[in-house]
Amino acid sequence: MQISGAQMVIEALIAEGVDTVFGYPGGAIMNVYDEIYKQDKFQHILTRHEQAAVHAAEGYSKASGKVGVSMITSGPGFTNAVTGLADAYMDSIPLVVISGQVPMSLIGTDAFQEIDAVGISRSCTKHNYLVTDAKDLPRILKEAFYIARTGRPGPVHVDIPKDVTAQIAEFNYDVALDLETYKPHVKGNPRQIKKAMEAIAHAKRPLFYLGGGIINSNAAYEVRELVHTTGIPAVETFMARGTLSYDDDLLIGMLGMHGSYAANMAMSETDLVIALGARFDDRVTGKLSEFAKNAAVIHVDIDPASISKLVNANYPIVGDVKNVVTEMLKLTSLVDSSKYEPWRETIENFAELHPLTFHEDTENLKPQWVVKRVGELLGDDANISTDVGQHQMWAAQFYPFTRPRQFISSGGLGTMGFGFPAAMGVKAAVPEKTSINFTGDGSILMNCQELMTAVEKKLPIINIILNNNFLGMVRQWQTLFYDKRHSETDLSVQPDFVKLAEAFGGIGYRVSTKEEFDAALKEAVERNIVAFIDVKVERFENVMPMVPSGGSLFNMMLLEKKESK
Amino acid sequence: MTDNTERRVVSVIVVNEASVLSRITDLFSGRGYNITSLTVAPIPDSKYSRLTIVTSGSVRVIEQITKQLHKLIPVLRVYEHADLVEKEMALVKFPITENISDISAICNAYNGKIVNVGNDVIITMIADEPKRVDHYLQAIKKYNPKEIVRSGAVALER
Repeated sequence: MQISGAQMVIEALIAEGVDTVFGYPGGAIMNVYDEIYKQDKFQHILTRHEQAAVHAAEGYSKASGKVGVSMITSGPGFTNAVTGLADAYMDSIPLVVISGQVPMSLIGTDAFQEIDAVGISRSCTKHNYLVTDAKDLPRILKEAFYIARTGRPGPVHVDIPKDVTAQIAEFNYDVALDLETYKPHVKGNPRQIKKAMEAIAHAKRPLFYLGGGIINSNAAYEVRELVHTTGIPAVETFMARGTLSYDDDLLIGMLGMHGSYAANMAMSETDLVIALGARFDDRVTGKLSEFAKNAAVIHVDIDPASISKLVNANYPIVGDVKNVVTEMLKLTSLVDSSKYEPWRETIENFAELHPLTFHEDTENLKPQWVVKRVGELLGDDANISTDVGQHQMWAAQFYPFTRPRQFISSGGLGTMGFGFPAAMGVKAAVPEKTSINFTGDGSILMNCQELMTAVEKKLPIINIILNNNFLGMVRQWQTLFYDKRHSETDLSVQPDFVKLAEAFGGIGYRVSTKEEFDAALKEAVERNIVAFIDVKVERFENVMPMVPSGGSLFNMMLLEKKESK
Repeated sequence: MTDNTERRVVSVIVVNEASVLSRITDLFSGRGYNITSLTVAPIPDSKYSRLTIVTSGSVRVIEQITKQLHKLIPVLRVYEHADLVEKEMALVKFPITENISDISAICNAYNGKIVNVGNDVIITMIADEPKRVDHYLQAIKKYNPKEIVRSGAVALER
């Protein structure tokens, strides 16, 4: 059929099964927005900032497993969205972000709201396109969705000049893709898989190192089976939280800079690292030369460039984690799980020596208590998103995650302002679960305008602000490594968060005791509208344990031991 | 990056489309890899172009370069050459007052010749292995070259 470029965008989104688009209109994308107005196949959620539109699409994608879609205009609309693209790129989140561009005839003339969008997005997307003819649009959009969700997922940016959205051309979406140069390697090499399983069988102290790739490839339940049949203990990265349930006996905990003592020690003592969809990030490994020093490495990853990038892999397996783990499950008879009993005991001793905990030794609430309490009250019924900073680490450490896609946070890029818009995306994708956003008094101001979106679209996100009147994580580093010179991190001057929420039509609570917190959370859940719970917490609490940047995993700063009250 | 760095020639076959060259060079600059030289031209009768990139780095870096290149969507193939024929061209402009027969003889030794003679200058062309191009440029120094252009290497696997 002969339709306009703008109509093609709509038809393509419908054909891809998109039910929600997050965006913000503007001059160059108006033709497409005109078609959005005329259709009723998908909902459009108008965020109040383009960055939030992309973060919301990320949250939607992470919670649902589908490709997230965001739409923005040219120039500042696009540049506002760049942080979202970069965030999705670092965390391998499949997105299609469509931006308007000035008409073809004006490109290169420094036209109003013109910027070289594909030039900017090139280094923070999996792929990008500048569409120069409407006849290419169906193919490009189809490729964009395909590239975003296959292989190592990632954001794809499609930049469409305004005249191309007006141009009439033939639309046919039922054409087979012909991407000769893009063929992701999904199936692992069977011989390598066999060798890896033999290495596992021979190891004395093997350790699963579970990464975010497991969540992306929907492999958590296969991984759970592999862990349980082999009886091999597991550590999770920040991005993999929820792969194993928090109460799984074989889950040691999160490893890395703020990982548990037992997890980091297990990684330091293991003789065989079984890395599944993990990329040996510097926040995980600490000092590379000391990381899992005496261990051989099995590395399963969809991205060949992740393998042996930082740590040499003795058993490299390029493939989709789900596919490879399914194959590994067929060979578990090689493995005798009772053999690892002494190793499991060693790890239990680590955990008993320095359990992951905190002291309730101040009058003020401890932020960790708040996280734990939400876990006790809501547990599996909530999806958890976070911003970036101390609260994020406490959420990762202390929330009792029970399932994959329950924890949505900005890992690789570490984007403050991610949590609230992401939570809106999560809620749009999974409305039956309560959406909690743990945030800080610093982060929440970096996208608080989304109160308006959440009120308008009835997305009852409960933002729990762990308020220490500090840019807490930076303050922690300043305390520990900069001789307590708290340069520009004191946030004593701050808004009235209750009034702020109310000004937008949400609800706000200010709490400083356990009873007040319980009451506020209970009411916020019941009232089912967007809420800020401003929790006054202990100002100088540090995230512990901590591996100082560049230090070895086994050299942790630990929580001071105290008799628990 | 304390490991030994070595010189490597990498050939990349890419789809001939807008901004593909930027994708390659952005990758190098963004990840801190070196480009010593880069040549690019379309492959006749195909929709592809061939880039020849001379780079340097440790074994791990070179491995990353080839893997990261592979990840780019329009990249069809990446060859990390071990056994190859590698040639580079150099054009040099000399004042006509220099000893032309000497210059001509040196060019001969490096697969070259005088390709242009003007009123004030002559231009020579040679094509040889990059190392030998270095030697040549050393040898002709005393003839006061006015301008030197090197093409960057092209290479084929043996």
